[in-house]
Amino acid sequence: MKVSFTVNGTPRALDVPANTLLVDLLRQHLDLTGTHVGCDTSQCGACTVHLDGRAVKSCTVLAGQLEGAVVTTIEGIGTPARLHPMQEAFRACHALQCGFCTPGMIMAAIELVEYGAIDGSDPAAVRRRVREGLEGNLCRCTGYQNIVDAVMQAAGKMR
Amino acid sequence: MYSFTYHRPGSVMEALECYRSADDGLYMAGGQTLIPTLKQRLAAPSDLIDLGAIAELTGVDVAPDRVSIGAFTRHSTVAAHPDIRRVLPVLADLAAQIGDAQVRNMGTMGGSVANSDPAADYPAALVGLGATVHTSSRRIAADEFFQDLFETALTPGELILRIDFPVPRRAAYRKFPNPASRYAIAGVLVAEFDDAVRVGITGAGPCAFRGSALEEALRRRLDPASIDGVEVPDAGFNSDLHASAEYRAQLVRVMARRAVADLLSRGS
Repeated sequence: MKVSFTVNGTPRALDVPANTLLVDLLRQHLDLTGTHVGCDTSQCGACTVHLDGRAVKSCTVLAGQLEGAVVTTIEGIGTPARLHPMQEAFRACHALQCGFCTPGMIMAAIELVEYGAIDGSDPAAVRRRVREGLEGNLCRCTGYQNIVDAVMQAAGKMR
Repeated sequence: MYSFTYHRPGSVMEALECYRSADDGLYMAGGQTLIPTLKQRLAAPSDLIDLGAIAELTGVDVAPDRVSIGAFTRHSTVAAHPDIRRVLPVLADLAAQIGDAQVRNMGTMGGSVANSDPAADYPAALVGLGATVHTSSRRIAADEFFQDLFETALTPGELILRIDFPVPRRAAYRKFPNPASRYAIAGVLVAEFDDAVRVGITGAGPCAFRGSALEEALRRRLDPASIDGVEVPDAGFNSDLHASAEYRAQLVRVMARRAVADLLSRGS
């Protein structure tokens, strides 16, 4: 089937089998391998990308659902010379151990800051909301403490 | 995943026609249950009919006594909708507890309701609030809609268009989530109307149902203590590695108590 959509600002028109998943389309057809496949069962969140600005698990989106959509992946949010504030905060806070969950974690965290209503005057309450907001992403190194630190730091800079 | 022919109709008429002309058609809403099911080869439709391009299935209409929600409305939209939060906050609260953020950004109310997962959240809202399901051919009361494990009153090809919720005086939903999946091991919605108290229960049985004995006790006195004397029989309840039937019956009582306490804290 033919599908037209925009990835990281570039319009794309592809002809792929109808049962192609977004994550496979990104990795195998467009060579955007920053998006990872962790569990392939919509549990771990390693494959999180933005679809029309909202975080989705790209292992649970079919190619046909992309018609006319705007997709942003980890490759589309910053460059090595000019990191996204969330990437910068992950680096500054050492919010990764093995790094496998990091692209999905960053994409989920950006959306959480933009849409998750996590701001507030009580830092403990905000930390709780960050933890709840990231419940769709698993870090099997269990490095959550620094991830929450990074999201708190980036949230301040993104506003 | 097996291969299938993909359709993306632009109207309800076109979607119904796609279904009629398919050998073994299947509608897809947000796909958050269906795509994993296809990946596990537990479903193998000849034709997949994506409802995502049908404008008629979206939209939220809020009146003082009724909230009408298009079937393709995503959970994150319901959770954040300012008018729903104002008029029917219990529904926004419930939607915010479904799955995780990514699932809420794709999953839809119609998809959840049509699937009738025994542990899904929305069915408790439909039953507890006495909603009406508007389909491509008729209206179905929530009490008649959920029939069994993954079984609803929908006939083959029948499509949910929107769901209408009456607005109660006040209501609250409490669930005991599975810590990994966030599905309800037991979830209870209690709603106080001018002339009745309704209790919708999910997670405990094969599908969502009304807690008649709880309703009767709460109608006499709307107080958490009213639940103490009520028996919740566990006959037919789900029993799996997460919880026994007996434990689920106990959770129903505890969640009902908490929901009533929440409801009372919302004033009158």
